[in-house]
Amino acid sequence: MPEIKANQTLDCKGLACPMPIVKTKKAMDQLEAGQVMEVQATDKGSLADIQGWARNTGHQYLGTVEEGNVLKHYLRKSSPNEARDEKKHPHVVSAEELQRKLAAGEKLTVLDVREPAEYAFGRIPGAVSIPLGELASRIHEWNRDDEIHIVCRTGNRSDLACQLLAEKGFTNVKNVEAGMYGWTGPTEKRLSKKGGTQDGGSGRTE
Amino acid sequence: MEAAAGPNRMKAKELARIVLSKEELFILDVRNESDFNDWKIEGESIETLNIPYFDLLDGVEEAMDRIPAGKNLLVVCAKEGSSKFVAEQLFEAGRTDVHYLEGGMKSWSEHLEPVKIGDLKDGGSLYQFVRIGKGCLSYMAISDGEAAVIDTLRMTDVFAGFAAERGAKIKHTLDTHLHADHISGGRKLAEETGATYWLPPKDAGEVTFSFEKLEEGRDITVGNATIRIQPIYSPGHTIGSTSFIIDDRYLLTGDILFIESIGRPDLAGQAEDWTGDLRETLYKRYRDLPQDLTVLPAHFGKVAELGEGGRVMAKLSDLYRNNPGLNIQDEDAFRRTVTENLPPQPNAYREIRQTNMGKLTPDEAEQREMEIGPNRCAVHDR
Repeated sequence: MPEIKANQTLDCKGLACPMPIVKTKKAMDQLEAGQVMEVQATDKGSLADIQGWARNTGHQYLGTVEEGNVLKHYLRKSSPNEARDEKKHPHVVSAEELQRKLAAGEKLTVLDVREPAEYAFGRIPGAVSIPLGELASRIHEWNRDDEIHIVCRTGNRSDLACQLLAEKGFTNVKNVEAGMYGWTGPTEKRLSKKGGTQDGGSGRTE
Repeated sequence: MEAAAGPNRMKAKELARIVLSKEELFILDVRNESDFNDWKIEGESIETLNIPYFDLLDGVEEAMDRIPAGKNLLVVCAKEGSSKFVAEQLFEAGRTDVHYLEGGMKSWSEHLEPVKIGDLKDGGSLYQFVRIGKGCLSYMAISDGEAAVIDTLRMTDVFAGFAAERGAKIKHTLDTHLHADHISGGRKLAEETGATYWLPPKDAGEVTFSFEKLEEGRDITVGNATIRIQPIYSPGHTIGSTSFIIDDRYLLTGDILFIESIGRPDLAGQAEDWTGDLRETLYKRYRDLPQDLTVLPAHFGKVAELGEGGRVMAKLSDLYRNNPGLNIQDEDAFRRTVTENLPPQPNAYREIRQTNMGKLTPDEAEQREMEIGPNRCAVHDR
């Protein structure tokens, strides 16, 4: 069971509306793009409000874990270049095609380059988690001719990952177009024994 | 009196007065969009704008541009904190006529406005309690120092206080049926005042407490045998639903018949089974009653149903003319109307039914949370 890693934890326990969101906004302003924040709150209303705030500001709401009375909300600060259209890795695969290949039992690796917290709240079954930032240092875990399909939330980070691997001489790397956003196949989640998890959706906030 | 050093607090009671007297008011609702779309403050002269408070953290300029100048302004949120936060910013930005709602939608949902329906033949009066924020209606009949409360809401102190002010002792509390949209205060009020709690036995198969059975022929009297409450078995919304005739003049229909709609049969999970009962009650049993009875339902769906001073009432004959639910001649069309394309079910309706059976005992904060939102007991509520 993967652990949900956050770069920062913000304590809003005991605070009533609007303070959890006011504090979250201030803390997110200090965070670097791509980093993940855990917001701990006891105000039940914070769930819908943090989702609404993230949707309206463009930050990514990942999900919420309930532990006793405490709601742990996970947010990822979006980076401005995620939406930018730059040089693209030429080899792509659609979500449908990947789903077909997996269903047919083809031998391939699905590499998920999102943050562990994103991965924890919903991933393609069997996908391997290596955040984009760690990819360069873990590149030796594969052979250069392995068939690797790389996925992220929308297809941007995975495109960068494909380009990185291609530069290092990998010849059979494909970017999963539209990422988890376009994925309609089965997903698996972090299994939670106590409390439930609430899915943040596939990230339609960009 | 509050000094003009900041925004003014407005109580739910004052807001109720404004809604009922149709005074102009501009409401800035700062809850998130989904909560707002689900349920909001309505009134014929109320204009509403929704901008979530979390979109106003960097300043209220956007909101200022969209709020008409010179209108009485009220900021509303779920509990109070966020509306006060926004109202203070609006005040600093120059809107000195700004209010925020004390206790937020929570208080609005719990506010009860008592209105007199009429005098009873041998002395005494019948009152309606309008829960404007949620659309629930309760009744109190008072005669000669005794009172009976019908479809008591959870805010029992309001009923106890109202009876005490009129020197009446509450002898009976009655529920027309096992409610699914709100938590009944009938049993609690009976315990607090030593009254007898009455329920239709067919709705009470699973209850964990003792009660008196509401059955046809078992009339209930209040005062010196002056008011007769006559139970009429009228299934359809639930299998046990029972109407009351008070004083041969008033027909309390519970959730079977409303002013502009009819009850839905699906909240206890048996829409198909109860459709026939509902039709039988509406198209036969009520037809056979004197048509000059005044119908007093347990709910209203829209503020347009509020009459003079907030009263919700209509003649039975008028409803047979105007209520769309009483004018579906084709049985199949009727079945489709009451089983298909129904509005969403009330918030936490399963848990509310369990609570009303005594199987769940949520604390007050939990009860409040369960009751959030509109009642949605009618087939035409959208």
